[in-house]
Amino acid sequence: MKVSNSQWAAELAGKLPEAMARELGIFDTEVALRKQGKLDERLFAETRLRRGIYGQRYDNGHRHDGTKAQEIVYPSGSLTKGPHTMWDAPGMQRIKIPGGGMNAEQLETMADLAEEYSDGIAHVTTRQDFQLHYVHIEDTPSLMRRLAAANITTREACGNSVRNVTACPYAGVCQDEAFDVTPYSRALARFLLGHPDCQNFGRKFKPAFSGCWQHACGLTNMHDLGFIAKKHAENGKEKIGFEMYVGGGLGTVPYMAKLFDSFVPPEEILPLSQAIARVFGRLGEKKNRNRARIKFLVNDLGIEKFKELVLEERKTLTYDPRWTSYIADELRETETALRPAGAQPPAGSDAFERWRKNNIRPQKQDGYVTVTVALPLGDITSDQLRSLADIVRKFTKETIRTTVEQNFAIRWVSKTDLPELYKELQGADLGGPGAGTILDIVSCPGTDTCKLGISSSRGLSAELRKRLEEKSFQLDEAVQNLHIKVSGCFNSCGQHHVADLGFYGVSRKVGGFAVPHFQVVLGGEWEHNAGAYGLPVAAVPSKNIPQVVTRLTEHYVANRAGKETFKEFVKRVGKVELKKLVDDLTRPPAGDRSFFSDWGDPREYSLGDLGVGECAGEVVSSVEFDLAAAEREVFEAQLAFDAGDSGKAGDLAYYAMLHAAKALVKISFPNISDDEGLIVSEFRSRYYDTEKFFDPFVGGKFAQYFLDAHAKSKEPRTPDNTRYLIDEAQLFIDASHSCYNRLGTSVTV
Amino acid sequence: MNLQHVNVKLLARDPEKVDLEPLIPIFHSWIANKVFEELLLDVADYRHVPAGPGVVLIGLQADYSVDNTGDRLGVRYNRKAALDGDNQECLRQAARAALTAFQLLENEPHLEGKLKFDGREIEVFVNDRLVAPNREATREAFRVDFQKFFEQLLGGGEFSLAYDTDPRRLFGLTLKTSRPFTVAELLQNLAV
Repeated sequence: MKVSNSQWAAELAGKLPEAMARELGIFDTEVALRKQGKLDERLFAETRLRRGIYGQRYDNGHRHDGTKAQEIVYPSGSLTKGPHTMWDAPGMQRIKIPGGGMNAEQLETMADLAEEYSDGIAHVTTRQDFQLHYVHIEDTPSLMRRLAAANITTREACGNSVRNVTACPYAGVCQDEAFDVTPYSRALARFLLGHPDCQNFGRKFKPAFSGCWQHACGLTNMHDLGFIAKKHAENGKEKIGFEMYVGGGLGTVPYMAKLFDSFVPPEEILPLSQAIARVFGRLGEKKNRNRARIKFLVNDLGIEKFKELVLEERKTLTYDPRWTSYIADELRETETALRPAGAQPPAGSDAFERWRKNNIRPQKQDGYVTVTVALPLGDITSDQLRSLADIVRKFTKETIRTTVEQNFAIRWVSKTDLPELYKELQGADLGGPGAGTILDIVSCPGTDTCKLGISSSRGLSAELRKRLEEKSFQLDEAVQNLHIKVSGCFNSCGQHHVADLGFYGVSRKVGGFAVPHFQVVLGGEWEHNAGAYGLPVAAVPSKNIPQVVTRLTEHYVANRAGKETFKEFVKRVGKVELKKLVDDLTRPPAGDRSFFSDWGDPREYSLGDLGVGECAGEVVSSVEFDLAAAEREVFEAQLAFDAGDSGKAGDLAYYAMLHAAKALVKISFPNISDDEGLIVSEFRSRYYDTEKFFDPFVGGKFAQYFLDAHAKSKEPRTPDNTRYLIDEAQLFIDASHSCYNRLGTSVTV
Repeated sequence: MNLQHVNVKLLARDPEKVDLEPLIPIFHSWIANKVFEELLLDVADYRHVPAGPGVVLIGLQADYSVDNTGDRLGVRYNRKAALDGDNQECLRQAARAALTAFQLLENEPHLEGKLKFDGREIEVFVNDRLVAPNREATREAFRVDFQKFFEQLLGGGEFSLAYDTDPRRLFGLTLKTSRPFTVAELLQNLAV
């Protein structure tokens, strides 16, 4: 769209690495060919995804305006940039920032690009990336060239590839780390980028590094490949290495990573990663995307067998000097301070002290601190990015990193400089307090821009933030330290499973209308590298979620035992009591139409066209009643699981799915019996084979959960598999609600 | 040099009185009712970002917003698609679009008459650093174009121009008039 697009290649000639310039030239050609219809849309979709270019909401050419679906007539007509993705529809550009590390020039580049190609906002993601929204496909080659000139790539930021290699943003300065993981994470990122052994994955692959086991910052438990720094003594000598984990991941059903090796020496991390990539590429699922992450492969094979295969593969690898040279290169890059170490400044204004309380982290280097710049919902303006560039130049040697909490961490700040730095941050509206507290809510884009969004995660997060900010001074210390994380759907981009209070978007039908809801997820743990995953307790209308937060936090403050954490409190008090606490909030108040729209979006909420006939009205209550019963069963399954009874929990979860399936079958086969086989076959023929149950974006994934659960219903139930089954059951029931919503106008009896 | 991607921002009077929340349903209704020739697509709410883009009506050819960049609230038009025509036509198109949007918002009952043009200040900038790098040569190259355009816009009224000279920022200027103008007056002047 920009008139300058044709000029950037010449303007930046000689300023880009040769390989990068060549690659972007190829992409230029691909854009031109697709525009002329000479490149298949699927091929083009894959090539743009591998360059970090995603579709956005409404890019299929339709938009529901609250009363009806309207067609969007784009000037390029039927030209697409991928299946069902219109050429002219604005999209999202993801930008990889390995380990979150940036310099001032890169901040300025991001500022310019957000201003010129997006809407003036750069968004920091939960994986230390940046995202720019509303970008036109024809602007992307110029955008990428300008990034490349600042030594930033978008390559493999999306698609079935190795995604951003994340690392603890406090690596190298953290008081609790074993050692600095930065050089190793950078070496791995460099080694795996575009590596031939990483081009044949069925799904994405996310590596992460942490310097310690106890804090959250690296989140290694929820990654496909995780490394935790470790020291141990061997023959009286201290050696450094890594605990290596594999097969973790959030997604719809979260898996905790499995320990692959308790001590891997540094020189082995690259070759072992390569061997893992080869095994994943060779044996990982390719056809069924819903089972293609490495977590399924590890789970299916068992960690011992998986490890055996990887070690066999390792033996076959030809020595590659980069295994060690990349690490050696990176070890030479050391960070130091710009200004002399200083002493703690005297107490300042109330605002300064509030900021200092949560936004400052002492470094292991005496006299220095790391300052967290808290970004509301991960958003920062172009002007703020430039101010930040000035600040990091003035106070540090440009040592700044993005964090997985969607913030920035400015490292190597002399304690003496804190008042002055605070003043400058305030001048840029970047001096907000509450980093890492309940105010610092993490959210995925949700229905704002994401095609998969079901509820408005950003709308809810903004509302929660506003309300919590108003009373932040009065909040009990225990509440201030809680983490809230919100996802717009079951895909967990907002990391709701590892929050104290997690929420993910679902839809429910109330009185014949779709109502945006969030599942309330409790029991997760952010610390210990995402040490535990929570489970859903109840689906609550979006507009009631702020009350849920109030009630749960007040109950926690009033009833916590000693210094009990929220996770321990949830475990002790039990989900039954906590569910009771919010039970009356699970239904919208009669006659309140505000519940039919979502936070920050006044349109009547819709997952499609709605309309209910009189006859269907009777079915509505019956189906809803049955689905609610199924939901109760899956909750009971959770309770049995928490009590350690995997057998009972697994059975309950399976029967919850069976009853939800039966509820749908009853719409057109009211007298179906309780025969399991019959319910399954009728569900299959009426909803699976006809694809009526299929989610618009993940297809038959959730139906497959049910069919698999039935096929394995007589198998022994292990704790791991039961945990997955409970999540799958909840997702199947959520999908049953969605399916029923979609049937809205066509239901007849 | 050819001016493209022109942005025009009309500053608001008494910005502290303006609540941005009603803009969200207003902009959604503009999409549904196709109030402009340009293709309107989505609404982005950035009220949580201080001194940010505010509430943005995202379009294909252009974005409209009630923008608070620099803590200066105003109605902004951001032309994204290239335009045919000379520099005067590009400036006129962007100004006309910003003024038309402001006029609609001034008359919007849900805003209760609180969003008003201050009548004296307009920012104009070019959202493309290659088309218009922010340096003296660019200022010189477009000086006559801007002079001619503002004479027409203000119907010969007196004005002063102040350029933002930070080379990192977009090439742009702020126009200040010696007397207040209404949106209708300025639109009328552009029609001449």
